[in-house]
Amino acid sequence: MSAPLDTATPSKGCRDTPVLRERGQREVFCGLTGIIWLHRKMQDAFFLVVGSRTCAHLLQSAAGVMIFAEPRFGTAILEEKDLAGMADANAELDREVARLLARRPDIKQLFLVGSCPSEVIKLDLSRAAERLSEQHGPAVRVLNYSGSGIETTFTEGEDACLAALVPSLPSTEARELLLVGALPDVVEDQALDLLAQIGIAPVRCLPARHAEDMPAIGPHTVYAVTQPFAGDTHAALKRRGARRIPAPFPFGAEGTTLWLKAVAAEFGIAPEVVDQVAAAPRARAEKAIAAATATLHGKRIFFMPDSQLELPLARFLTRECGMEAVEISTPYLHSDLHGPELDLIAEGPVISEGQDVDLQLDRVRATRPDLTVCGLGLANPLEAEGLATKWAIELVFTPVHFYEQAGDLASLFARPLRRRELLARQHPNRVEAAE
Amino acid sequence: MKLAVWTYEGPPHVGAMRVATGMRDLHMVLHAPQGDTYADLLFTMIERRDHRPPVSYTTFQARDLGADTSGLFTSACRDAYDRFQPEALIVAASCTAELIQDNPGGLAETMGLPVPAIALELPSYQRKENFGCDEAFLQLCRALARPTARTERVTCNILGPTALGFRHRDDLAEITGLLSEMGIEVNVAAPMGASPSDIKRMGAAHFNVLLYPETAESAARWLEKEHGQPFTKTIPIGANATRAFIDEVRTLSGSTLPVDESRLRQPWWAASVDSTYLTGKRVFLFGDGTHVMAAAKVARDEMGFEVCGMGCYNREQARPLRALAKEFGLEALITDDYLDVEAAIEAAAPEMILGTQMERHIGKRLGIPCGVISAPVHVQDFPARYSPQMGFEGANVLFDTWVHPLVMGLEEHLLHMFREDFEFHDDAGPSHHGGHAPRPDAVMADASAPAAPAAAADGGSMPPADAPPSQVSAAHQNVVWLSCAERELKKIPFFVRGKARRNTEAFATEKGLHEISVDTLYEAKAHYAR
Repeated sequence: MSAPLDTATPSKGCRDTPVLRERGQREVFCGLTGIIWLHRKMQDAFFLVVGSRTCAHLLQSAAGVMIFAEPRFGTAILEEKDLAGMADANAELDREVARLLARRPDIKQLFLVGSCPSEVIKLDLSRAAERLSEQHGPAVRVLNYSGSGIETTFTEGEDACLAALVPSLPSTEARELLLVGALPDVVEDQALDLLAQIGIAPVRCLPARHAEDMPAIGPHTVYAVTQPFAGDTHAALKRRGARRIPAPFPFGAEGTTLWLKAVAAEFGIAPEVVDQVAAAPRARAEKAIAAATATLHGKRIFFMPDSQLELPLARFLTRECGMEAVEISTPYLHSDLHGPELDLIAEGPVISEGQDVDLQLDRVRATRPDLTVCGLGLANPLEAEGLATKWAIELVFTPVHFYEQAGDLASLFARPLRRRELLARQHPNRVEAAE
Repeated sequence: MKLAVWTYEGPPHVGAMRVATGMRDLHMVLHAPQGDTYADLLFTMIERRDHRPPVSYTTFQARDLGADTSGLFTSACRDAYDRFQPEALIVAASCTAELIQDNPGGLAETMGLPVPAIALELPSYQRKENFGCDEAFLQLCRALARPTARTERVTCNILGPTALGFRHRDDLAEITGLLSEMGIEVNVAAPMGASPSDIKRMGAAHFNVLLYPETAESAARWLEKEHGQPFTKTIPIGANATRAFIDEVRTLSGSTLPVDESRLRQPWWAASVDSTYLTGKRVFLFGDGTHVMAAAKVARDEMGFEVCGMGCYNREQARPLRALAKEFGLEALITDDYLDVEAAIEAAAPEMILGTQMERHIGKRLGIPCGVISAPVHVQDFPARYSPQMGFEGANVLFDTWVHPLVMGLEEHLLHMFREDFEFHDDAGPSHHGGHAPRPDAVMADASAPAAPAAAADGGSMPPADAPPSQVSAAHQNVVWLSCAERELKKIPFFVRGKARRNTEAFATEKGLHEISVDTLYEAKAHYAR
């Protein structure tokens, strides 16, 4: 029942497992979706999508609920006259940006976010960003990245945003630790606190909550990645001479410990120091995980590709919660970032990259896992077929990193199974369509 | 280019999906990049559908653009046919695919599929979701409906209900029941519940019942022209309109069977003395044209409200709505910018809003109760219980839905009498709402509080861009409230305070006063007394 916290790698991991690569219909969000959390994380940033009505509709539908009030994002919707060349799209964009910034003097960073239509018509947003930076700087810095569905899958949008920030960051010669990936503020504070107790400070974060706190980068910068989808950011930081600390991702008690020890080692701090500092939170995490493990132990799980969190989460669930992975699918397998995770996952599951959703659903139906992690479009249809699901998007919208959230992370997976048990007597298993 | 924060309507291909998803044995192939699949969750989450929408997305990527995107389309088409074996396919392009001009219709035609492949032209940069519904249904009818002998008995088709429609499920049941009472069978109800082979035999009906002009008016007109089927013009929302609808159906069908009104409670509920407090409540209406026009008549003629503003977001209905607004002595607001709607509502200071989910949020911000009467839909608009808007049961539902957000009769008096009771004060809001609604300024404060994770937050992420409404509204700049009058104003219950403030300022301006005292307040009250 209580999963042994075994930091030893399995006799044979998944590093050499042949990867099933598929392409076809992908039931995933595009990179624009990242704006939903990024606009909360960066409190003086505005995200202006240059796109179509579809982009605007996606943004208001993706979170499952509408975040009302005036959000710090919007869509400049391309119209017929922009496409037919009757209006100069750049002049139109300048006008909309000027109006927006006049109305929102609190905005210090403006991201022009490319979409499928803006990419296809080759609207040059990097030049627009330069031009607008000149017009509105230095009070407002204008940057651009693409969150288009033809280039980015879901969380890759955040990666593209952070990668776009990197070249604009100032230079430094300081030896500093940088955390890479947007974390909920409460989680970020916990991480900084743990690192400070271990003796690592100051620590900078990318993204920072405010424009003026954005980190500087240089040859002595070392960085630890907290989000498994930060591949392009990783590459951009390397180009600036910074160096990554390879580590598993800080999910679960084990993952957090391994991550902390890797960072500590970089700073010449002994693992015993980490053990000492982490003893209490780690014990709490293990206790909380054990509560969910009662439900999860021995259950079979199938990950459909969604957020690139699949491999680290599968590692957590198989090693700390006693689950068995049937298939672990990711939209993009980044061997550099995900390699340490593959080493830790015992061989057995199918590792797949990309998606042909109908073929993958055939595999779900054939293997009948106890729990399928999938997007919102698939969850209710699978439930109606008698297959329990976990919405993948909740894993991105909920604080799940580091010790204090490890129990919450496990219970996110346990809850659908517990709910099924509670409703067992009346679960319709198959409801007729609401016609 | 137009900056949009929230939109009332999705793109036109989402409208076409609503038609396809409502139907059976039809499959849609959408030429689209990854990400456009987000539309599936509208159906599986908001409407809680237990099947994926019958839509295949070609999922092209940037690297395909220089290569063979049309090949992706044809293989997706063939896979979809092989796997789902539909009776017909509809093919379309989303906004991005429209730009690469692969011509899905032409490609599908040359594939030699054994079933009809119906091409839809959905101009994403000009039109919106309702157009997509209307156009998809029209093209299905044009492609499939064949001249057929009329049924022996008098039958009709019901046109308009789609997936993700505002109460379409229950309206269809209610109107089907009503027609059955009149001895009229439904030949085909479409799109919702119909298969392509049902569409083929639509010509057998004697006439059509058009429930939602937004989604099916073009089809109704085409069927009238090509198949000689007249269609009903009355939308049966409210007791009066339902009776008018029955008369219209009688004219079209020759039915003389009586209709039982015993379950219609709304007229008595509205007439009973408890409802006296509803008299002259000022309501602001916004939504799709059809629901707003119907609701305006119900509000005035069946509830005794005063309609102080109305508008719609779908330009297609602008003309009839403008005409009706004129009849009400109002100017219609035709916009799809919710900030315009919010400004109009703030200026009108209504006691209640009847709108969409967007106006519900606007109401929350302004502290004005709101009932929802129209799409765009939210998970709350798909109640487990039977809850039509149309027919006699629909009239009952309207009464309940519209009265529920308000402070009830006796409570309203008590609030007037004991204004400063520490817990029974007006800022507490209607007592039958859990936890009491927050007071308007508390809502403002909420909006600036650091918010929880995005998905969980229903409140705001930022303080409102504009400062809170100033003490004196813009139109009456030179009038100043004396502090004693300001205090007195606060004693007026919140749901009429906005009106009192406005009236008093208007009164003061009219009289050339620069200061408002307690006396001015009460003089204005007497002046405007009804």
